[in-house]
Amino acid sequence: MSQFKEISLQGLWKNNPGLVQLLGLCPLLAVTGTVTNALGLGLATLLVLLGSNIVVSLVRLHVPDEIRIPIFVLIIASFVTVVQLLMNAFTFGLYQSLGIFIPLIVTNCAIIGRAEAFASKNPLGPAALDALMMGLGFLLVLLTLGAMREVLGQGTLFDGADLLLGDWAKVLRIEVFHSDNHFLLAMLPPGAFLGMGLLIALKNVIDQRQARRQTIEKGSITRARVTGSVQ
Amino acid sequence: MSFKIASSPHHHSQRSTQQLMQWVALAALPGIALQAVFFGYGVIVQLLLAISTAWLSEALVLWLRKKPVLPRLLDHSALVTAVLLAISIPPYAPWWLIVIGTAFAIIMVKQLYGGLGNNLFNPAMAAYVMLLISFPVQMTQWLPPVSLQQAALSPLDAFCMVFMQYSCSGFSLSQLQLGIDGTTLATPLDTLRQDLNNGLTVSESLQRPVFFAFAGTGWLWVNLAYLLGGMLLIKLKVISWRIPLALLAGLAVPALLFWLGSSGASPSPLFHLFSGATMLAAFFIATDPVSASTTDRGRLWYGALIGLLVYIIRSYGGYPDAFAFAVLLANMCVPLIDYYTRPRTYGHKAKRDVK
Repeated sequence: MSQFKEISLQGLWKNNPGLVQLLGLCPLLAVTGTVTNALGLGLATLLVLLGSNIVVSLVRLHVPDEIRIPIFVLIIASFVTVVQLLMNAFTFGLYQSLGIFIPLIVTNCAIIGRAEAFASKNPLGPAALDALMMGLGFLLVLLTLGAMREVLGQGTLFDGADLLLGDWAKVLRIEVFHSDNHFLLAMLPPGAFLGMGLLIALKNVIDQRQARRQTIEKGSITRARVTGSVQ
Repeated sequence: MSFKIASSPHHHSQRSTQQLMQWVALAALPGIALQAVFFGYGVIVQLLLAISTAWLSEALVLWLRKKPVLPRLLDHSALVTAVLLAISIPPYAPWWLIVIGTAFAIIMVKQLYGGLGNNLFNPAMAAYVMLLISFPVQMTQWLPPVSLQQAALSPLDAFCMVFMQYSCSGFSLSQLQLGIDGTTLATPLDTLRQDLNNGLTVSESLQRPVFFAFAGTGWLWVNLAYLLGGMLLIKLKVISWRIPLALLAGLAVPALLFWLGSSGASPSPLFHLFSGATMLAAFFIATDPVSASTTDRGRLWYGALIGLLVYIIRSYGGYPDAFAFAVLLANMCVPLIDYYTRPRTYGHKAKRDVK
């Protein structure tokens, strides 16, 4: 149980691929112009990560150490192909708007990183869980960044969600405020970098606050001073 | 990030940051006044908006960073940033444009890097580029000089225009952009570029009503006023003469060469020197003490680089003026320039003398 908790915490927060490892920045920065794009790419990455981690974990005892990286890449590439063909078949509009960034999931270092660092050393269960949590962590960062940029850029949320989820999803579109002038900076790559920097800063602030609170709590318990309170 | 390269002996002066910044703002006043006279009162409204936004955002960030608010606010550096941005954007741009721009300049470009003295980029120019890239339509809506407009705008109209995009009597910005003969008037730099692209010669283009003598109507006087203010700053030793001189030379020399080569296809150096934001940028923007080079020789390189970049972007680029991009590009080169132009330490000999 504690292993389950630790893996989840690592993937979602402490070792988040987007905010801490800073892996896979290329798709992270390039496609987060809208929530829909972010969700599409996040789900695709999650699926690939899950598949590759499971397979890598299953074959880990049979893969010669010297050629493990090419084999991992092959496994990842086949899953990317599967996901790409699926998206081409079922979510064609999104497939077109994500473009080159779907095949580029192959080069996402977060995936090969998990295969190498975790899946190749752990049995199936933990490997699958790690993939799920890392993928979710990445997806959440993508979604947050996508939401920030979409609201700032064009004042909407879930614009074009029907491309991913089917026609019913048109009702999801929320117009936060109406604007005739799109804030292009938020939609262009510089806006992604700025938004990413702000997100990382926010995470650091939260972590620091928590660390400070913990030391204060510890300090008040373990130290017994009569001269005054310890901060 | 700090690049502590400047070595002793340092220049000493009794002036505080506050006084320096005050002088910069004061010296810009004649230029601002002429801008209001020639291009309408919108610039005053923009100034008020920019200064209040700058103070608010500076106070907010200082409070968040738990720094003393009032002393930092009163060093007037935020004021100067706000003034420079407000006079750089079109006078009747919508109100949210200058608010977003100033807040970006103060919060993102200046305070997130650590406040005054730590920013790598000139805050006003970084914000200008941000606005130009984000809102190209609003950022290029310059009105023709007042003398060429169909309807003159009163100060009240200026308020209506900035806040509602219609003057109190109901004119829209695009209506006001039309000249008396019903043709849209662009800025002199734009007009000249379009005409040259359409196969006209420089002298043919200069016949148009937006031009007066060798430069744009109104722009010539505005530039002269900023030149005057800049001279005052140099006289008071608020700024060094090196950056403005090198900048103007860096712009004028290529302009002169091309003009001598074919005076029909490229405007005279005087046109470049007295058009657009040349004098404002040379004396007020490029001389920002934080983001400019700190060594004497470095300042010459820095200024010349800006001038050259401006010439290139003005002649071959598609933007209304080039100073914001040129200043930012030169800002990026400053650490390198400073590294290679370190002054000789007092008591040490120059390298070539040692050998």
